[in-house]
Amino acid sequence: MADFWTDAFEKFGVMVVGLAAFAVIVGVLLFFADRAPKKGRDFWQLLAFVAPAMLLLLVGLIYPAIRTTYLAFTDRSGNEFVGLRNFEWMFTQPEIITVLLNTVVWVIVVPLLSTIFGLAYAVFIDKAHGEKILKSLVFLPMAISFVGASIIWRFVYEYREQGFGEQIGILNQIIVWVGGEPQQFLQNSPWNTFFLIVVMVWIQTGFAMVLLSAAIKGVPVEIVEAARLDGANAWQQFRNVTLPGIRGTLVVVITTISIATLKVFDIVRSMTAGQFGTSVVANEMYTQAFRRAEIGQGSVLALTLFIMVLPIVIYNVRVMRQQKEIR
Amino acid sequence: MTDATKQAEDKLDRPLGQKNQPKPEGEVARTFRKSKEKLTSPWATAAAIIIAVIWTIPTFGLLVSSFRTASEIRSTGWWTWFVNPSFTLQNYNDVLFGAGASSENLGSYFVNSLVIAIPAALFPIAIATMAAYAFAWIKFRGSGALFVLVFALQIVPLQMALVPLLQIFSGVLGISGTFPAVWIAHTIFGLPLCIFLLHNFISEIPGEVIEAARVDGANHTQIFFRIIIPLSLPALASIGIFQFLWVWNDLLVALVFSGGTADVAPLTQRLGELVGNFGRFQERLPAAAFISLIVPLIVFFSLQRYFVRGLLAGSTKG
Repeated sequence: MADFWTDAFEKFGVMVVGLAAFAVIVGVLLFFADRAPKKGRDFWQLLAFVAPAMLLLLVGLIYPAIRTTYLAFTDRSGNEFVGLRNFEWMFTQPEIITVLLNTVVWVIVVPLLSTIFGLAYAVFIDKAHGEKILKSLVFLPMAISFVGASIIWRFVYEYREQGFGEQIGILNQIIVWVGGEPQQFLQNSPWNTFFLIVVMVWIQTGFAMVLLSAAIKGVPVEIVEAARLDGANAWQQFRNVTLPGIRGTLVVVITTISIATLKVFDIVRSMTAGQFGTSVVANEMYTQAFRRAEIGQGSVLALTLFIMVLPIVIYNVRVMRQQKEIR
Repeated sequence: MTDATKQAEDKLDRPLGQKNQPKPEGEVARTFRKSKEKLTSPWATAAAIIIAVIWTIPTFGLLVSSFRTASEIRSTGWWTWFVNPSFTLQNYNDVLFGAGASSENLGSYFVNSLVIAIPAALFPIAIATMAAYAFAWIKFRGSGALFVLVFALQIVPLQMALVPLLQIFSGVLGISGTFPAVWIAHTIFGLPLCIFLLHNFISEIPGEVIEAARVDGANHTQIFFRIIIPLSLPALASIGIFQFLWVWNDLLVALVFSGGTADVAPLTQRLGELVGNFGRFQERLPAAAFISLIVPLIVFFSLQRYFVRGLLAGSTKG
């Protein structure tokens, strides 16, 4: 206990020193910009404001991204150029092909289900009592870490062999209650991937719901009411009035969730660590680069991730442009 | 500060930072909104409640588990608690302060998480505010192109930067596995989005306010401290909260840059280890998970409005 407090005290000391050092650096920078010689003062002031951000981005993001692209063509140490051998490895190893396929399944299923659930829920609560609290409950998973969510779901999926005590996972308990046989949800390939996907859908539905709910409220009530007076039933109102009215938001929601899903790492890492055929590109990249010290193979996977993000972003930008033209 | 805010809001004829708020509804719409109570449908309410219950059960089950004894967690499901209620805080005490080599030691990791997340939220916000001000209010050649570049950097997955950045930290700077390494990494990865969002906000401040200060002889530094920062406080709060939670919940950056020991690594990293050894740490995991969830949950419930705003704006990060 005493150790804990000395330890904590020391660490907060490091933090205070870090914060102070940062404040001093920024302060000195702005002070000199303030006192810069009359000649070229504008230039020095500009530099003081922009240079820190640009320097960090150049050293920490732009240079590394270019270097990773190069490393994708090198061997495991990153020193020797090997041409396309890493790409060949990626497309011929059965495990890595599974990884790529899994990622595609994730990126199709997660946005689809999250958006459908989120939209349905947004429509329901629009007509329900207690909208605020209902919203919070589904939105809450969005606030917690993916690791925390994974622990929550590890307990939901927990498996006890039949005859070796009671089930402690609610899902298997329900199966036993209805007379089925308990399942090892996280180990039976290929369905285990879907049980991991459920966790991501559980998190992202809240995000989709909040955005879509705001969009639904933005649809002019007059139009909805006019459709109702014209005799449209609830489904027709939704199809013909609400849905077209929230199209832009739908695109944003789907593309945002797609990009987040492509980079999903924490869930796979903490639920299965990529075993039992559940790995995805982001997890495999970490495994190759930092667990197996395969710099070349890790880099080729990072590059693949980047290439997979691009079409989604381009599509998003194009839709945005079209929408602007319509307006 | 209030003077400047008022001046700016007078110019805009609306509160600052509400660009995207829907216009006030018309008379008709308001009448319909008021009559909404009558339009609520029992079926919709029922469907919504069913979904909400399904969504909440997993978390609720874990919360119940965290207050049960170790042997209960191992042998029976949390739902038996309703028939056979019990309550203990032993798990929390064990995971936080337990002694011994095999203890979870979460108290230390909790401190680490705080020591990582506070600077890693403040640094990018400060640097980004400066850059956003320059992009919005200092005219210079190439300003537009540079801003587009920053904007485009948002889509580079941080996986693209991990290996070379780690090489820089360990080879050139020699700070790998220390707090500054994690701070700097988070600062860099947070910058593109923070700059972009703050630019949206700061460029919206009416030019007359800044022009008036300039006429009075204020230079960029003075304008920055006397006008930009006070006026941007709500935006800084939203984005700061979002960045803080992002860092608090992060696992990948922590795994790569923190070195993975109780000296530096955050809670998420330790939880990842524990859950990787599920069989062994089963009875401790519910309490451990809730210790890591408590900070996001407090932030979520007390600052939900800011949080939602930050999230809506910052959904593309990562």
